[in-house]
Amino acid sequence: MSWELFWLLVEASGLTILYSAVSIVVGFFVSAAVCAGVLSSNRPISAAARLFVSFFRGTPLLIQLLLIYYLLPQIGLNVPSAVAAVLGLSLCTAAYQAEILRGGFQSVPRGLIEAADMCGLSAFATFRRIRLPIAVRLTLPALTSEAIMILKSSSLISVVGVVELTTMAKDLASSTYQPLPIFAAAGFVYLVINLVVAGFGQLAERAARRGHA
Amino acid sequence: MSIVSAIRVSGVVKRFGSTAVLTGIDLDVPRGAVTCLLGPSGSGKSTLLRCIAFLEEATDGIIEIDGEPLGFGLDPDGVRMRLPDASLRKVRSKIGMVFQQFNLWPHMTALGNVAEALVTVRGLGRVEASEKAMAQLEKVGLAQRATHYPSELSGGQQQRVAIARALALEPKIMLFDEPTSSLDPELTGEVLNVMRSLAETGMTMLVVTHEIGFAASVASKIVFLDHGKLLVEGAPAEVFGKPRHPRIDQFLDTYLDRGAAGLL
Repeated sequence: MSWELFWLLVEASGLTILYSAVSIVVGFFVSAAVCAGVLSSNRPISAAARLFVSFFRGTPLLIQLLLIYYLLPQIGLNVPSAVAAVLGLSLCTAAYQAEILRGGFQSVPRGLIEAADMCGLSAFATFRRIRLPIAVRLTLPALTSEAIMILKSSSLISVVGVVELTTMAKDLASSTYQPLPIFAAAGFVYLVINLVVAGFGQLAERAARRGHA
Repeated sequence: MSIVSAIRVSGVVKRFGSTAVLTGIDLDVPRGAVTCLLGPSGSGKSTLLRCIAFLEEATDGIIEIDGEPLGFGLDPDGVRMRLPDASLRKVRSKIGMVFQQFNLWPHMTALGNVAEALVTVRGLGRVEASEKAMAQLEKVGLAQRATHYPSELSGGQQQRVAIARALALEPKIMLFDEPTSSLDPELTGEVLNVMRSLAETGMTMLVVTHEIGFAASVASKIVFLDHGKLLVEGAPAEVFGKPRHPRIDQFLDTYLDRGAAGLL
């Protein structure tokens, strides 16, 4: 396999990283809201949030992407490939991240919230400044795994026409008749990216440990 | 009484399910003095303090802070009713609370803990909030520990930071819920010293404690609870001096057994 072919894979991995990173970040903010919804004492809000989680966790990402790409235009919403890809990935990861965070939220000691109450923090300030940061710290390992899962699942966005790492590997394999070295190289690129993500995850955990007995 | 009490508790009842923890408490906490709530475990003293902080909602009765009803008030017909949240927040802002488990936010430094509400609640700028927070940490002798996280501080230091955090909001009344109960004996002293100097500034303090020595020497009023009832109240000399209530005799015995006789 030539360096040019390998370089094409590396270039395609840029899209894999870009789409995954954007979706993980967008998904995180959606998940925080969904999680707040699930834990809310307001029943309709809690039911809606749980429905969201059930749907996006209970259906395959591939189906979600296809629904967004083909169904939305039927109701007059034309979504470009890039938007469909980010939308699908981020809503899916939001459902998983919300469930991960829920465990974290439920492990935040009640006394810390009582202290926030006594200091006059509003419910929203307590959520943003106390509960969410602590929940994230408690669930960092699981959140890192979820980021890695999304990086790998992002190969599915090829169905809406985004040529990322896996699709590029498939195309190159069929045009060069060298499937083995090309897929091995693609796997290697995924591995390197995910090792970097895992490394960042560990750094974050170490930083969080300082602020956590 | 011509002067409004700092805290007035009238007919407070607290039930958890069918268990009555407080069975009708009436209590006046005087201004500018230390009042200690004593009693055996399960007597309801922490529950009473938590009701006064509105961390628990009393099942019945009225609690007034500085003459203003907290959480529940009486409508014109004298029927108890829940007051709007805005009123609750306003009245509650007069109270600072110190917990047995310190409850410092673990992801913030000592300075961050003290400055947090100054920024998010009082709306101060970061710089001003930090300066104020630093001044409070200095008062509890922890300015050099400002950038440490709670996990890097001893229990006594954590509790002093928690006191600074409460004081930074300039409360009129400080509530302490067994502030030294989760500390080693050597660390208890440093927290009690901070509380002593706070008392000397004329802060109104209501303290749930097992530190009989502290209560006897610092408090101007002792309140003894037993089985959810207020059994005895008065100056330390009246409560601890002879003749004393047999229940208090019994209670003190457990301390005297442990060599605390010299403190009384």
